[in-house]
Amino acid sequence: MQKKILVAEDSPTMRYLIASTIAALGDFTVIEAGNGFEALRILPHEKVDLVITDINMPDINGLELVSFIRQSPNYRTTPLFIISTEGSARDREKGMSLGANAYLVKPFAPEELQSLIRQYLGE
Amino acid sequence: MSDSNSSRAIKDFLAESEEILEQLNLDLVTLGDAIENGGDVDPGLLNTIFRGAHSFKGISGMFGFDDLCELCHHMESLLDSLRLGKVPLSENLIETLFSLLEVLTRLVHGKAESEDFTLDINPFIQRIDALLRGDELSAPPVAEGIDPAILRVLTEYEEHRLNESIKSGKNILRVAVNFSLMSFDVELAALTDHLKQYGEVLSTLPSAGDLPGHIGFQLLFGARSTGEELARILQSEDIKIVCLYPAVEVAAPLNFPAKSHPSRPVEVEIVNKEGEGNEEERAASLRSLSRTVRVDIDKLDNLMNIVGELVLSKSAITAIAVQLKQQESNDLTAELQKATRGLERRLEELQQGVMDVRMVPISQIFDKMVRIIRRASNEQGKRITLDVRGAETELDKLIVEDLSDPLMHIIRNAVDHGIEAPEERVAAGKSEKGTITLWAAQKGNHVVLEIGDDGRGIDANRVRQKAIERGLISPEAELSREDIYNLVFLPGFSTRDEVTDLSGRGVGMDVVKNNIAALSGAIEIDSEFGRGTLMTITLPITLAIIKALIVRVSGRSYAIPINSVLETLMINASAIRTIERREVMELRQKTLPLLRLTEVFALPVEEKQGSARSFVVVTGMAEKRIGILVDELIGQQDVVIKSLGKALSFVRGIAGAADLGNQKTILVLDVGGLMNEALRGELARHV
Repeated sequence: MQKKILVAEDSPTMRYLIASTIAALGDFTVIEAGNGFEALRILPHEKVDLVITDINMPDINGLELVSFIRQSPNYRTTPLFIISTEGSARDREKGMSLGANAYLVKPFAPEELQSLIRQYLGE
Repeated sequence: MSDSNSSRAIKDFLAESEEILEQLNLDLVTLGDAIENGGDVDPGLLNTIFRGAHSFKGISGMFGFDDLCELCHHMESLLDSLRLGKVPLSENLIETLFSLLEVLTRLVHGKAESEDFTLDINPFIQRIDALLRGDELSAPPVAEGIDPAILRVLTEYEEHRLNESIKSGKNILRVAVNFSLMSFDVELAALTDHLKQYGEVLSTLPSAGDLPGHIGFQLLFGARSTGEELARILQSEDIKIVCLYPAVEVAAPLNFPAKSHPSRPVEVEIVNKEGEGNEEERAASLRSLSRTVRVDIDKLDNLMNIVGELVLSKSAITAIAVQLKQQESNDLTAELQKATRGLERRLEELQQGVMDVRMVPISQIFDKMVRIIRRASNEQGKRITLDVRGAETELDKLIVEDLSDPLMHIIRNAVDHGIEAPEERVAAGKSEKGTITLWAAQKGNHVVLEIGDDGRGIDANRVRQKAIERGLISPEAELSREDIYNLVFLPGFSTRDEVTDLSGRGVGMDVVKNNIAALSGAIEIDSEFGRGTLMTITLPITLAIIKALIVRVSGRSYAIPINSVLETLMINASAIRTIERREVMELRQKTLPLLRLTEVFALPVEEKQGSARSFVVVTGMAEKRIGILVDELIGQQDVVIKSLGKALSFVRGIAGAADLGNQKTILVLDVGGLMNEALRGELARHV
């Protein structure tokens, strides 16, 4: 079965770029969430295999999303990447301590994201 | 990424950049106003501005636009320090942000043409660094006494806001709620809006709901109210409020053991009788999550063209139906005519629908103008109040885009030459602050824009002198006030010799007039020396599909856009009189100048048999009127105007061509151009 990747990111361009990067990798279904709320709504209904989230979003921040995901019984061990514009080292530290598996800095190299996805979702 | 992917990505980038920059502009204007009025600045606004710059940096970086990315990076640092309270908010800072926005916009526009386009961004970076060096305010202390589990999910900015709230003596409350997964966004937004009246929502932490199909939220809320007061305000048993900082005593009747555990949070629960929300409302709100779609204007044009072709096909079918009925009237022909009428109505709705999609509020350019006025007035030390009205008036997107340049020129003239320096105004007995009005309103099929200022106005004598010096009129010419003001629209006319940074870039009012005319619009000027100037621009609402009056002259058909036709008259040749070698006629006690298309287009004059009757199509734009003499009126029809292309763009008096549907192509008259022609003729008489 195709693995599902949820991308929570408010910039449509960035979502598109992430989705194309994933598409180039092969067989994945990308579910796009334009903000944190959409992600909150999608997560209970879809069995998502990987979550990629931005930090700065208009409704809830990425850290809060990470915290939520890690509290949900279904998602305690689901791989989770944060992609954010580099900035606060504190935000990064917090993200990792909340249980994110990786923290990518924008602009990220597509290969970097692809290698992470292979690492976590590879056969 | 493949080529087509990357070109789509670039388009997305441009569209999103433009959106972000426009929003930044609006937010900066709001921020500037807040400072000017000495009011409190909403921390949320600062954060939104920061987020704008941040997103923009993110997407620029992905495209390898190093200049944009670096500039945004510095802008972001500045905004970050600002929202974290490390740099004070000053007019200089706002000024810098506006100029950054402008250079970002220029860069993006440049990249739209060529991805290699760049500009020297160093001066801007130095300006930001200078502001950041002034960074004297100390870093905020870490919030003490707050559960580290809560602090863990706060971004640095949210932590800063938390500290600020504590510093200003606010209570930090935790508001916990459960919502249905179906409607939580709306309910949460409603709660947040409600809370915002009493304090600041610092963060929103979601958690798995207590019930299946539910989701929980813990809002960190900074307010002057105590938990109990807030509970009374919110009146909901589903909302649990806990005071996190400082630990407070709760009113005695509830009898919580608060005293013995001063550092422990205290829960307050309040019983309430509020009913459940309306189910239907919730379902409806779900759909409103993302209601807008961004569409390439070319696609809309294409759609419009197809609708246009459909309209033409419909005309052909209607004509056939009518013919059939005339030949043989039976049930079938009656049915056909009924069906055709149904088609016609639906088509009209479709056409209207596509038109509506193209319409955008004129606020899109008004906002830009506000920014220009603000910047220009700051630079020149002038004080200007803006009076913007009718910004919600809608116009075709293409018109709005092409209106930007001419409008900017007029606005710059108003700031630069119109409004006087404060001292000069006071000396003239005016208030220190000048006023620029920017009004828009829809009048029938037109949108009328008025751009006014209460500045020094135009000196008619000086204009006249200048025109004589430049050889544009003869010294003996007798001109009305209106004629004199119209001289400023002639090529090569400018009353100011020095070149300023604002206007006077070699672009004159003649270019403005041509730009407006290219949109089938008209511009008029009125001024009172010492009191101010008023420019009135009249524009059609759309250019895509128009209703036209089809006329015949010397055996050729022409289309006249119906929105400039005021009335049609049938006259006898004897009604035409000649005054000063020009043909005119009397229309309700007024003299109406007449224009013969045979003369304009050098057509052979056909000797008419029988009566010497002909028709006059009275056209008007703004306050001007002329009568166009034609041989025959054919009827009204919808036409889709197509441009004649660059090769034929010099042809005067023609706005484009239109397909009539029966494989016949006719020319559409450029009424504005023809009226200018007539006006120039009048001016020429004075020379």
